[in-house]
Amino acid sequence: MTEPLLELRGLSTHYESARGTRVTRAVDDVSLTLERGRTLGIVGESGSGKSTLALSIMRLLPPAARIVGGEIRFEGDDLLKKSAREMRHIRGKRIAMILQDPMASLNPLFTVGDQISESLRVHEGASRSAAWSRAQSLLQAVRISAPAARMKEFPHQMSGGMRQRIVGAIAVACEPRLLIADEPTTSLDLTIQAQYLSLLRDLQRDHHLAMIFITHNLGIVARMCDAVAVMYAGRVVEAGPIRDIFNKPSHPYTRALLESVPRLTDDNHGRLPAIDGQPPDPSAPPSGCAFHPRCPQVLDKCKTQAPPAVTVAASHTARCWLHLP
Amino acid sequence: MTTALLQARDLRKHFPVGRSMFNRGGAVVRAVDGVSFDIMPGQTLGVVGESGCGKTTTAKLVLCLETPTDGSVEFDGQPLGTLDGAGVRRYRRSVQAVFQDPYASLNPRMRVGTIVAEPLVTHETLDRGRVDARVAELLGFVGLPPRAATLFPHEFSGGQRQRIAIARALAVSPKLIVLDEPVSALDVSIRAQILNLLRDLQQQLGVSYLFIAHDLAAVAHMSHTIAVMYLGKIVEIGPAADVARTPKHPYTQALFAAALPSHPDEARDDMVLAGEVPSPLAPPSGCRFHPRCPRAMARCATDEPGLRPQADRRVACHLYDDPSAA
Repeated sequence: MTEPLLELRGLSTHYESARGTRVTRAVDDVSLTLERGRTLGIVGESGSGKSTLALSIMRLLPPAARIVGGEIRFEGDDLLKKSAREMRHIRGKRIAMILQDPMASLNPLFTVGDQISESLRVHEGASRSAAWSRAQSLLQAVRISAPAARMKEFPHQMSGGMRQRIVGAIAVACEPRLLIADEPTTSLDLTIQAQYLSLLRDLQRDHHLAMIFITHNLGIVARMCDAVAVMYAGRVVEAGPIRDIFNKPSHPYTRALLESVPRLTDDNHGRLPAIDGQPPDPSAPPSGCAFHPRCPQVLDKCKTQAPPAVTVAASHTARCWLHLP
Repeated sequence: MTTALLQARDLRKHFPVGRSMFNRGGAVVRAVDGVSFDIMPGQTLGVVGESGCGKTTTAKLVLCLETPTDGSVEFDGQPLGTLDGAGVRRYRRSVQAVFQDPYASLNPRMRVGTIVAEPLVTHETLDRGRVDARVAELLGFVGLPPRAATLFPHEFSGGQRQRIAIARALAVSPKLIVLDEPVSALDVSIRAQILNLLRDLQQQLGVSYLFIAHDLAAVAHMSHTIAVMYLGKIVEIGPAADVARTPKHPYTQALFAAALPSHPDEARDDMVLAGEVPSPLAPPSGCRFHPRCPRAMARCATDEPGLRPQADRRVACHLYDDPSAA
């Protein structure tokens, strides 16, 4: 049982334009490890490749995208070697996903009860009535009041927070080992977000789930995760245990990102330490280290050579030349 | 004591909803229900609250995009209700807005120079050369090169577009800018740039802001005063640092407790509010927060608490009625 639940080794996913003339390295040589029952946060700005990474693990990429290299080892098997049929048995059953917009993940034409029962019937061959009663207890587990009545309702009859809890119920229905949540609370209000995050924590504890949290919000990472990987222009520029990253960020981008966020506890009402410039265009990233045009500590080497991942502390790596002599 | 730039007194906006043509006896959404606040010259009033609390309707009332059902707004000592046509035009010139989505708020078929010059053209009579000079100056204020004037919005990133929207708002030298979620659509690394820009402009030009956002830390950072709204009412209003650090109203406490930590070790009392915001169509009796309030008392269900002074701020909560109870 020392083997991690999920291990990515050198994963690269590229988007190709119609004629194959332009290649976007959306995910570029990413290696990550996730232990059973733990939570990994993947942080990045738009275009950093964090959502493409999630879709690569699920093998739900759009036609223009192709996994060009690497391995995705899940419970010991390489998911990239699975057939489409085998993947269908893994998706929803072993690995589940929660997306940002619950209205887009739920079918408006079916009742909530039907949609939760569906995965139980497909993956576990449960009978209609057995699936229905399991679905009802799942609704209760995600803290929906009057579950029996709600089972017969349609998604449009519910609030955003309730819909997202339904999506959560569908996700954990078949007792998956891994739950990937892609910006699950972005569309929710603050107090509803707090409810949802505490619900996810309870589900995680009750079902011994491992979670991957994909977000641009460092606060969610601080609240929910054991480890974090920071992505920039398709690469993981820094990864490590949560406290190491927040206390001793080793990549200038991580440091700048942490400093640029206003804090409630701050007295400072002056200027925020902002990062200059824009996140790079993923189809034309800068040469060398992609962060070099915005980096306050840039060296000559950074402009031409991409730095390798350097181990700066136990299970804490950073892709930065500053850590190499 | 300086006088307020803008004073809202007991402002109300009710929207009729219902099927009948004249809405006889139909229901009414009390989107804003008796709200009073001051905006001081050169200062920022931050408004926080969840969906349906009335913060955007409040912004629209301030922008004169909605007519209040009741109550008044005074600007520079002049009640808005008494303004004639020319007065309203002057007011609209003094109060500008920047919205959340810079992809929706800029006309994709206009060049940036035309977009930024538009308020100048509608509000002033300047010759071409002076308009161009002013546009270049405005683009300089927001950190864009003069060349930007000849380009179209799609040639800019989200953060740059928000700079264009800010330049346009500044064009006619307003005294107040309504900022409705100005950084929520932007990438994390860009947000600090825009917040800094807004602060710098306030110091340079002495403009006031009405800052509406759901990011509590950003509001606390930017504001001098914070107003917390719940279901059409202000439940707490006071100096930003005090409200953020020692919230008094149970809703404010819950809201700030729900804010995400900036560090994994941050001490926090896990106070997760049960339930959701009730429909503004049928707000609860008494204190509107009482069904979700962890400290509700019997009288909260029947007596509506007024917004009463409490040390440096005003709080609408029965907990603070009797000084010995606080």
